[in-house]
Amino acid sequence: MRRIIAVLLENEAGALSRVVGLFAQRNYNIESLNVAPTEDPTLSRVTLTTVCDDKKIEQITKHLNRLIDVVKVLDLFDAEYVERELMLIKIRAEGAVRDEVKRSCDVFRGQIIDVTHNTYTVQVTGPSDKLDAFIRAVGKTTILEVVRSGVSGISRGDKVLSV
Amino acid sequence: MEEELSGGDMLIRALQDEGVEYLFGYPGGAALHIYDAIFKQQKVQHILVRHEQAATHMADGYARATGKPGVVLVTSGPGATNAVTGIATAYMDSIPIIVISGQVPTDLIGTDAFQEADMVGISRPVVKHSFLVRDCAEIPATVKKAFHIATTGRPGPVVIDVPKDVTDPSNTAPYLYPESVELRSYKPAVRGNGRQMRKAVDALLKCKRPMIYSGGGVVQGNAGEALTRIAKRLNFPVTNTLMGLGAFPGEDDQFVGMLGMHGTFEANMAMHHSDLIFAIGVRFDDRVTNSPAKFCPDATIIHIDVDPASISKIIQADIPIVGQVESVLSDMDVILEAALEKSADLPDKAKLQDWWQRIGEWRAAHGLNHDMPLTESDVILPQQVIQSLYRTTQGSAYVTSDVGQHQMFAAQYYKFPVGRRWINSGGLGTMGFGLPAAMGVQFAFPEATVACVTGEGSFMMNMQELSTCLQYGLPIKMVCLNNQALGMVKQWQDMQYGGRLSQSTYSDSLPDFKTLVEAFGHIGFRIDKPQDLDAAMTEAFSPKLKDKTVFVDVWVDPHEHVYPMAIKGGSMQDMYLNKITTTQQGDYM
Ligand SMILES: Cc1ncc(C[n+]2csc(CCOP(=O)(O)OP(=O)(O)O)c2C)c(N)n1
Ligand SMILES: [Mg+2]
Repeated sequence: MRRIIAVLLENEAGALSRVVGLFAQRNYNIESLNVAPTEDPTLSRVTLTTVCDDKKIEQITKHLNRLIDVVKVLDLFDAEYVERELMLIKIRAEGAVRDEVKRSCDVFRGQIIDVTHNTYTVQVTGPSDKLDAFIRAVGKTTILEVVRSGVSGISRGDKVLSV
Repeated sequence: MEEELSGGDMLIRALQDEGVEYLFGYPGGAALHIYDAIFKQQKVQHILVRHEQAATHMADGYARATGKPGVVLVTSGPGATNAVTGIATAYMDSIPIIVISGQVPTDLIGTDAFQEADMVGISRPVVKHSFLVRDCAEIPATVKKAFHIATTGRPGPVVIDVPKDVTDPSNTAPYLYPESVELRSYKPAVRGNGRQMRKAVDALLKCKRPMIYSGGGVVQGNAGEALTRIAKRLNFPVTNTLMGLGAFPGEDDQFVGMLGMHGTFEANMAMHHSDLIFAIGVRFDDRVTNSPAKFCPDATIIHIDVDPASISKIIQADIPIVGQVESVLSDMDVILEAALEKSADLPDKAKLQDWWQRIGEWRAAHGLNHDMPLTESDVILPQQVIQSLYRTTQGSAYVTSDVGQHQMFAAQYYKFPVGRRWINSGGLGTMGFGLPAAMGVQFAFPEATVACVTGEGSFMMNMQELSTCLQYGLPIKMVCLNNQALGMVKQWQDMQYGGRLSQSTYSDSLPDFKTLVEAFGHIGFRIDKPQDLDAAMTEAFSPKLKDKTVFVDVWVDPHEHVYPMAIKGGSMQDMYLNKITTTQQGDYM
């Protein structure tokens, strides 16, 4: 089962390598990972997605908590949450395909952020499965390049992850 | 007014302020500013080892025997990488050591400079935490944090990597050693949860076939007394892991011996048939549980540990309690005492009596043979050597060991009255640990009797430290169970590989250990006749040789195996009892 884990991490040299190293060392897989400083510059927030069962997720969160640089860990699946991912996708767009890509873009509320005579670069945001669906939708055209940010997630309602 | 100090001086001052007695180390370019700071003071005594791995084991042995952190200093590159095995050894057994490594100057980091190794990276999977110091002003706080992290919660090794420019005498900063540390991301649990503890006491009072399964966490958490008190109050059988020996007195009637792969028949049988496992400071290691799917099928499991990640990692705990073992056991004892006052007929004494009787039958049928006469054969059995050591030292020695058959014989046959006396590498199983660990113990307790039970294979992995023993006059007594083979490897090959002894024997090329240790300036004995064993042992430990490093090379039966031995893939009751009998054959009981 796919899980999303949010981690507050000391924004220090080497801290991220401990998190990533833990996953390698304990044979846990990482599907996606994103990290950036928060409003408090001493803290980074990491969002990790992984595929595993309940027993494993318990071990993962416990071992993450054991790392000295990890301030807090939240398994977003414990409650309601929102997830978003950003994708930039460069597509060969010539002739009739240009209109077709534009229509898909509208359907997915994507934005064309760069144009040349034979390419479009499109930005799409949303839950990961929406981005997957967009890739399928334009799959008949030639996809030149895809870059995805990895998932960011946050709990719904009053629940907050902070120190 | 705060003093202005260089980074090198600060580092040593901070160690003084932490109360460090000994610094086990070996010099080199990147650490020379620090060595100069050592030269200028007397409080911290530097011990010059002969190999950095040994320095880490000495610090580790010191820490295991005292409960205080051991401290190591090595240079960059090869000095640092040589220390890694010792760091991993300490990590696997949760031992607090601090390893300070020199590093190339900050501006050379990442350039493949001479003697550069990414120590923080290399050690990352085997440390509790590590620091790369960027500025000399950070040193006092970094050292304080390192000691705090190493010694609290579940203890473990901490590395402080110090680039050479940071300790340069031309850089100074104000020195003030912090009184305390506050780390927002690190708050280890102390007290257990009250509701969980009451639930656990309830379960203890209702069970019929209990087992107390206690481990290294009880020793490291100084909870031996608390364990003994609660075990006595309940009259429950106690088994210890390899790491937990001594936490409950080895000679006590309630002690059923070590459990696990080479545990006693009665301990493993009782575990398997138990209806309640009271697990304290243990981690359900695969060398204990055998196949986790077949582990203790009827038992409710209470598990106390300071590290939440140890709980339900291998075996699901029914009643998990996170907290310091000593605190939890003391609190539970209070709850228990009150409960016993209310209902005097709990626990069910008659049922418990039945259980003890069953354990007694197991013990009588296949327990360890505790009186092997020395006269019956013309070869010495390894077990007899440990029995002789036990008699000679009257059970009061610190005993370190290496890794192999000799280690298991020592664990089975030497009875430890308290924790911190039995010192061995259980988790990593590091050959070469025994001698340097014994040295660390002897530094901590100069007057104590310190014995190292070793094998000729393991001994040769750190024997250069005999030179260090001479330098510091360490009167270690080494007892080598010389079977002219990598005995434990050979045992597996005998049992599982049709006796094909691939690369496990070397009898034609072994040194004469007596001459070898004499060359190092020590006393050597060589014994191969049973009738000479006790006399040699007595002499080795006699007042006459009190100040001497002594090596007793005992030639033992090379064909002897360690039994019982767990049958791979089975449950805890599946064991080889000797070369031809297993518990799976017919009606063994
Ligand atoms: C550093 C290291 N290398 C290899 C091993 C694997 N190993 C475990 S026991 C053993 C044999 C040990 O031989 P010896 O010290 O003579 O002890 P014995 O088993 O003969 O009593 C070996 C090679 C190990 N534990 N540690
Ligand atoms: Mg041997």
